[in-house]
Amino acid sequence: MSKIVEGLKYSESHEWVKVEDGVALVGVSDFAQKEMGDITYVDMPDVDDEVTAGEEFGALESVKAASDLISPVSGKVVAVNEELDEAPEKVNEDAYANWIIKVEMSDPSELDDLMDAEAYKAHIGE
Amino acid sequence: MKYYDKLVFELSQKGRVGYSLPANRFPAAPELPVELRREASLDLPEVSEADVVRHYTNLSQMNFGVDTGFYPLGSCTMKYNPKINEEVAALPGFTGLHPLMHAGLTKGALKVYQDMNNFLAAITGLYAFTFDPCAGAHGELTGLMVMRQYHMMRGDLKRTKVIVPDSAHGTNPASAAVCGLEIVEVKSLENGRVDVEALKPLLDDTVAGMMMTNPNTLGLFETQIKEITELVHGIGGLMYYDGANMNPLMGVVRPGDMGFDIMHLNLHKTFSTPHGGGGPGSGPVGVAEHLVDCLPELRVSGFHGNFGVILRAYAYILMLGKQNLKKVGQYSVLSANYIKECLKDAYKLPIEGVCKHEFVFDGLINDGAHDDVHGATTLDVAKRLLDFGFHAPTIYFPLLFHQALMIEPTETESKETIDAFIDVMHKIAAEAVEDPRILQEAPHGAPIGRPDETAAARNPILKFKDAQ
Repeated sequence: MSKIVEGLKYSESHEWVKVEDGVALVGVSDFAQKEMGDITYVDMPDVDDEVTAGEEFGALESVKAASDLISPVSGKVVAVNEELDEAPEKVNEDAYANWIIKVEMSDPSELDDLMDAEAYKAHIGE
Repeated sequence: MKYYDKLVFELSQKGRVGYSLPANRFPAAPELPVELRREASLDLPEVSEADVVRHYTNLSQMNFGVDTGFYPLGSCTMKYNPKINEEVAALPGFTGLHPLMHAGLTKGALKVYQDMNNFLAAITGLYAFTFDPCAGAHGELTGLMVMRQYHMMRGDLKRTKVIVPDSAHGTNPASAAVCGLEIVEVKSLENGRVDVEALKPLLDDTVAGMMMTNPNTLGLFETQIKEITELVHGIGGLMYYDGANMNPLMGVVRPGDMGFDIMHLNLHKTFSTPHGGGGPGSGPVGVAEHLVDCLPELRVSGFHGNFGVILRAYAYILMLGKQNLKKVGQYSVLSANYIKECLKDAYKLPIEGVCKHEFVFDGLINDGAHDDVHGATTLDVAKRLLDFGFHAPTIYFPLLFHQALMIEPTETESKETIDAFIDVMHKIAAEAVEDPRILQEAPHGAPIGRPDETAAARNPILKFKDAQ
């Protein structure tokens, strides 16, 4: 059974979004990290890169697979979690405590297209 | 098996040599820029000839191959390679050739290429082949470049997408990405086949083509292949056939007749040449007649591909002939279905029905989990198999099933070998129920147990010096 945190927004491709002071923190769900297995590398964009909702912004690599990271929101990357360069296993340890990028959203209404915890739970069939 | 785990560097003794060369009369090339010149010494191992011979002989005896035992590695077609192939490839008229020799002196080799072109065209239903690509993924890339060239020659520059099923070999989307094309995934149905209804909305005039392997990676024949190729052709796209799974089809069905325009063959799999561990391979690319002008004019690799591999495949085809090539596929299908039916009482079979040359289980039916005891996984089954002298099947591919265990027995195994494998797989399933730790602590007899793949990927130690 995967952990799902109330109050976050979720995408169909298993990213989560948490808005703090108008900035969107983006990470992957517990379900996603379990599916991937031991994560060995997190490929992240650069600060100031533009991301677009529904488009790839990076990738997760594990021993058994590689998977694109799809941005749930559009906007400018204002921070990347550099800790993950050295310690990608943090995503396995706690997928919700370890955001991957922070995005200054260009269109916060895109958040309305995402799922809440309840809907995401149904989406992953748990 | 004698245990041996030395690196050749560990044998090194300062000043020890196995050769005698005259003094170097040539200064370092002055035109080489200073920043490109090595400053530190090369640090090559200093060993005698006997050290080198013993080192590699000892390592070779730790090896497992089709010459030592059953190797049911799904998607890899590890069939036995007849030794007559080696004899033909070792004929002095071939081994003494140099690729730059005058054409008049290389007629034998040219005939091999010409005959192989005709044989492969007859087997696949395509028109002409290039033999340059050195392996399957190289063939995919070459084939996709042919596809791109076709659209460019027609001035149709908006076709940037390639459709790939979610069950595809990982090399398909990788090759498409390297070729600069955008990958669009199409889902599979519950029965493991491409979902034609899900395909339809993806089709428009931005699609360059679609890549498929048939039978697909679950070993299942795509029953709607004609509809699929007609739909893709209908919007102006081309169909690419990944020949990795050609083994069961030879002499029975031809990709060209299914509607494929471009394909590669893995001569090293289907046509029985030694491979594994990354080589040597040969991935000739065939095209339908309307694409002949899109084949590469310039070589995509040096000297027309891996001639030695092409030669072995030529010997294999001549040895078997048309009727026996057909039996290759029939026996490989029979062997796979026999194992599947014998083992489905102990291993989860996610999709019932007749498979082709390979099939996928989704782990153990009863993995032995109870109370606080963890059940045995597919990895544990694979590791335990090593204790019984079998190579493990492919595991955790395709990604459609969490505990995927992909078995491809090939046509070259006797019923006795296959029965012995089935017995061991049943025994392992019974052990999992008795005590899954027997599996989880396996292998018990192999020189190396369970390397920490995660640590190796996260913190790779790539140089001997760094390990010291």
